[in-house]
Amino acid sequence: MQGNIACAEGAIAAGCRFFGGYPITPSTEIAEHMAAKLPRIDGVFIQMEDELASMASIIGASWTGMRSMTATSGPGFSLMMENIGFAVMTETPCVVVNIQRGGPSTGQPTMGAQGDMMQCRFGSHGDYSVIALSPASVQEMYELTVKAFNLADEFRVPVFLMSDEIVGHMRERIDIPDQVPIIPRKPLQKGTLPFHPDADLVPGFPQFGEGYGVHVTGLTHDERGYPCATSPGLHENLVMRLVNKIESARDRIADYSITNPEAETVFVTYGPPARSVEQVVRDLGRDDIGHLRLRVVWPFPESALKLFASAKQFLVPEMNMGQVAREIERHVDQPVIPIPKLGGNLHSPDELKARLEVLH
Amino acid sequence: MSYQDWFRQDRLPHIYCSGCGNGTVINCTLMAVDELGWKEEETVFVSGIGCSSRASGYIVTDSLHTTHGRALPFATGVKLSNPDLNVVVFTGDGDLAAIGGNHFIHACRRNIDLTVICMNNQIYGMTGGQGSPTTPAGALSTTTPYGSSEPAFDLSELAVAAGANFVARWTSYHVKELTRAIGAGMRTPGLSFIETMTQCPTNYGRRNKLRQVTDQVEFMKNHTALRQKLDRMRESGQKVPTDIIAIGEFVRRDRPAMGVRR
Repeated sequence: MQGNIACAEGAIAAGCRFFGGYPITPSTEIAEHMAAKLPRIDGVFIQMEDELASMASIIGASWTGMRSMTATSGPGFSLMMENIGFAVMTETPCVVVNIQRGGPSTGQPTMGAQGDMMQCRFGSHGDYSVIALSPASVQEMYELTVKAFNLADEFRVPVFLMSDEIVGHMRERIDIPDQVPIIPRKPLQKGTLPFHPDADLVPGFPQFGEGYGVHVTGLTHDERGYPCATSPGLHENLVMRLVNKIESARDRIADYSITNPEAETVFVTYGPPARSVEQVVRDLGRDDIGHLRLRVVWPFPESALKLFASAKQFLVPEMNMGQVAREIERHVDQPVIPIPKLGGNLHSPDELKARLEVLH
Repeated sequence: MSYQDWFRQDRLPHIYCSGCGNGTVINCTLMAVDELGWKEEETVFVSGIGCSSRASGYIVTDSLHTTHGRALPFATGVKLSNPDLNVVVFTGDGDLAAIGGNHFIHACRRNIDLTVICMNNQIYGMTGGQGSPTTPAGALSTTTPYGSSEPAFDLSELAVAAGANFVARWTSYHVKELTRAIGAGMRTPGLSFIETMTQCPTNYGRRNKLRQVTDQVEFMKNHTALRQKLDRMRESGQKVPTDIIAIGEFVRRDRPAMGVRR
């Protein structure tokens, strides 16, 4: 199965019944598959006029209680930024798939990249936190898409599946389970103010059409949902809560695997470079080379780095100029060595081995 | 139930300037909703950004106050995912015709079962009186200090051409007609577009020799004529003054529509 199709199938298995999108290489197979499948299962597929509209449509659908999704790539992702901020501010669960390609601008439509990792974290204006997942295989495309919907509903936040052309267009055999875990949205208790958070800092969801009479606005709002844009304290508290509901759950959201935790040289990867590093570790058969492979990149699971107690250096191969390497630098005292790769090709295992030889 | 029961009393007073025409349009809308017997829990108001778009927050139903220009795609998501909901969009000339112009023509083309009410005050009121795509040629605004040099958009003709099933234009002077048109639009499956010319004494009238609210309302009364009448005048070779605005029902038809309640 192709990675993009696995993503669409994962979404359908997770209960996604609304897809609003706009064609863009290399993500289009997701929209095409949803266009074929959704009408047959009482779902809605709509090809919107642009990515601003796609993002808007999935937010609107989410408020009626639907699990909703869009898929895009770099230029479309840039267009979605304003409404992504709206989804953050209004705490609207939704899933945005970005099959990354080379940028800036139109760049390399048919070549893979990981250049939007900082954009998905910081691309919309203002302070906020989101959740971003990164699959390294077709199997993970399926599994992490399901997970994205569950995290979106649990935290009421847009969740990004930050894949890329390599995994999107990769074909692999995968196992599809009979059932996937589904964590439904927590409804708002009647009598509670619509934006009053529970202990987990997430308010219950007042679905449209259920008689809540909720006002949803992108303006700074109080717990009634009413605009209140000039109170410094209220704004500060709201934004802090939107950030903290994600950041305080960082360890619970974290998803990674660890190889050779006693190692002195540790690779940190997410997405396709993980495959090359796994090959290197297998080929060399040395236990002084470790590997931290992230499936969740944001919120960044900094505690995972501390598990490598003997680490002397961290190597970070990324298909960008070192976006996540810089994040790792913030959390560790050891040297962090970015191994950037641009142009669309993945780091080859030999390239990484050669890099190791220079270091040792 | 009265139309006043649809107001979110704890949100009043509203933010509109004294003399603003938007309140009239909201009243007309709620009177139409009340006459139709819609239920609060089955109705959603969606809006974009601007003075017009604050209206959704003053109504007791579920409401979505979105980003600038994007009310229609948000409403598209709401309506298609739950066609049992009545979805009404409040928007303005800047929101709908400038930043949201592309969404406007595509929503009309798809003919989604929405009622779109545009408060056209020919100016960006909330940001202090900048020119909009419907500012008349020659009119003064803060960004057209020497008079607008661009022609204005005719939003109702645009909606007709793009495929909306129901299109009407009235003004905040024509309260009865406007209420009836909104009701007719709400009953018509498919996209209904009701354009209302509204006075903005603070940011339009003040700069364009219509200083009193009554001057602007008088202007709308005296510079409007039924579209059919204007067509007849043109057919018979009579000259129609350029500052006359066509009002009335522009179209009512039965093109295939999306998102109609099953």
